[in-house]
Order: sequence, then C-alpha cells, then structure tokens
Amino acid sequence: MSGAELPVVIADPQRGAIEARDVCLSFGETPALRGATVALGAGEILAVMGPSGSGKSTLLHCLAGILVPDSGEVRCNGRRVDTLREQERSALRRDHFGFVFQFGQLVPELTAEENVALPLLLGGARRPVALDAARAWFGPLGLDGLQQRRSGELSGGQAQRVALARGLVAHPQVLFADEPTGSLDSLTGEHVMELLVAAARQQGTTVVLVTHEPRVAAYADREVMVRDGKVTSLSPDRVAS
Amino acid sequence: MSVPLTLLGLLEREPSHGYDLKRDYDTYFGRGKPLPFGQVYATLGRLARDGKVLVGEIEPGEGPDRKRYVITDAGKQEFETWLTEPIEPEPHLQTLLFVKVVLALMLGRSAERYLDTQRGAHLQRMRELTLLRQTGGVVDALLADHGLFHLEADLRWIDMTTARLSALAEEVRS
Repeated sequence: MSGAELPVVIADPQRGAIEARDVCLSFGETPALRGATVALGAGEILAVMGPSGSGKSTLLHCLAGILVPDSGEVRCNGRRVDTLREQERSALRRDHFGFVFQFGQLVPELTAEENVALPLLLGGARRPVALDAARAWFGPLGLDGLQQRRSGELSGGQAQRVALARGLVAHPQVLFADEPTGSLDSLTGEHVMELLVAAARQQGTTVVLVTHEPRVAAYADREVMVRDGKVTSLSPDRVAS
Repeated sequence: MSVPLTLLGLLEREPSHGYDLKRDYDTYFGRGKPLPFGQVYATLGRLARDGKVLVGEIEPGEGPDRKRYVITDAGKQEFETWLTEPIEPEPHLQTLLFVKVVLALMLGRSAERYLDTQRGAHLQRMRELTLLRQTGGVVDALLADHGLFHLEADLRWIDMTTARLSALAEEVRS
C-alpha cells in the first residue's frame, strides 16, 4: 500500500450488524439454502467458506438483499430486509452496502475514476463531488495515474483495486466480497486482501467475505462453512446465531 | 504418529491379541513401514503398566501370542481425549490426521466433526501467521508464507477427505 492515508470515514460502531436466520431458498426444484443461520456483529469480518455449489454465494446474495429467501429472516441493524419492497432493498444496497466481485465487473465504457464514483453518483451526489471523493482512493491503493484508464486498459490486480475502491467509496456499513481475489495470482491477491481488510477495519465496515481459499479466509475474524445449504461454525461465535 | 494411542484405538473396537493389533496397524497405518512385533509388545507392556490396558489370562494353545489385551476406562478416556482434540497445527500432519480420521470412522464416531474442528484450528493458526506477515518484516513474511502454504495443503487434504468420508467409512468398516 502507498503511504497515503485511506480516505475512510469512521462508521457508527452500532451500525452494520447483519444476520440470516433459518433462511431457505430454492431455484426451481433445487434447494440452495436449507435453514442457513449466520450473524455478524458491526465491524466484524466473516469468511464464508464451502465447496462449489454449497450455497455460499446464494447466502451472500440473501444477506445483501439481492435475493429474497423463500422462508426465514434477513436483518440489518435489526431491521427486516427480506420483507422490504424491491425499491427499498435497492435503496438499502445503494446507500449502505458495498460490493466487490471476482472479476471486478467494472463498467467498460467508464473511466476508472468514474467507476469508483458510480455509487455516489447513483446516490445523488453531484458529479464533481463524487469524482473528487473517488480520486482520493487512487493514491492509497497504489493506482495513481490510472484515473482516466478504462477497464480494458487495467491489469487484473489494478481492476480489482478499482473495484475495491468502488465498493468502499460510499463508506458502506457492510461490504459484500464474493471471491474478491479469485481471478488474481497469489501475490496480487494478498495485496488486494491487505487493502480490503485495512480499509474495512479503519472504516469499521462489516465484511461478508465469500471465498474457497483458506489464505483469504485467514484475513477474517472468524469463518463459517456452508455445506448443502446449511451453515456450520468452525470457531466459537462471538455473536449469537 | 502415536503408536500407543493408535493401539488403544484399535483395542477400543474389541479386545485383541498382539498379532491382530499388528496386522490391523500394518494394514491401515503401516504403509511400507510395518510395526515390529517387539514394539507392539513393548508398547502393550507400557500401556498395561500405566493402567491403560488389562492383560487377559494366557489362553491355552500353541504359539507365543496367547494373551488378549482389553482397554480400561482410563485407556478409553485417554484415547477419547486424543481423538477429539485438534492437533497443534504445523506442517506435515497428514499422517496423524489420517490416523484420527480412520479410527473415528472405524469406531462409528463423527469424523466430519473432527475434521471441522481441525479445520478451525488450522485457520486460527493461519490467522496468526497472516497477522505476522502483515506486521513483521520480509523475513517474517517469508517464514509465515512457508507455514501458510503447508497449512493450506493440509486444509486441501481435509476438504478432499471430507468429500470422501462415505467411501472411506465403507472401506475401513468392511
């Protein structure tokens, strides 16, 4: 990481608690989650591990309000997420959640800085303000000079750091990271994880980190396994679940 | 590899002669390095001295191996404690992990639960090493990496074993 400070905003320590309780979800006849229960305290970093097809990404999507479970409850700061209307869930995701996915998923038509600014622009910020806030992330993440590049002109590691900045620029209460280093080599992956964890800890952001890699999971405070749509804790829960 | 505890585990199945114990040990755990008879009887002698096994009456018949060994409550307790506790995570543990998994399956215990506990212990050690590589110098980081890669290899083995527990259970219980 560069010597520059991350442009973090310290979160309200009471915000960012999130939980799924006895969540079930099927895709057609195929059950993906069968009574999954997990709870994260505000500011906690949880690794969700499990074999391919175990339901770990589906659990992340339920926690993030992207998918609505067939039964069970999802709560953020004690408030039901699964019963909100689509528009309300969309607003919750935009205003309080951040996302980082395996392949960055940057918008190819936009420059790197416009990609980072996107959550702020969607939240109604004025363009100059959003771009200023976005640019503040480039130095600390070692991306100086790349602000005007488009995603096709960035390496995998650079694109993923841009995606990380986009996930954190709006100072979300919860960051959802689905295999954030899955497309990177070991060294670059370690670098991205160090940045992600440093930023989340400084900002007090809760992190749901889906990964099948133990080296990535080792950055979390604790881990759970998802198997056949159910959650098993591997270490003592610090949060009642 | 702990020979005394492995023999205790084999004895928990049923009282056995030294010969049977050696045969089963060599079949499941020897892998080209059979247990010498001398070591079998010396180990059983120490276990008897320490109250972990009882030596039965000498049975009538030919041959030197006419004593049947029976595990005691103290022996069962020691074995149970060893079996359920995760091993201190460090590289090159596959052999001992394998012994625990096979014995758990042989005795109808939850090998999956044991593997989960071990997975948790490994990840905790990986967390400590990850912190060391973040906070220490380059030498610390390289040493931590060495440990991390070996622990990761163990965890991959644990994942593969977990996926194959049913097949392994069939084999060791047959």
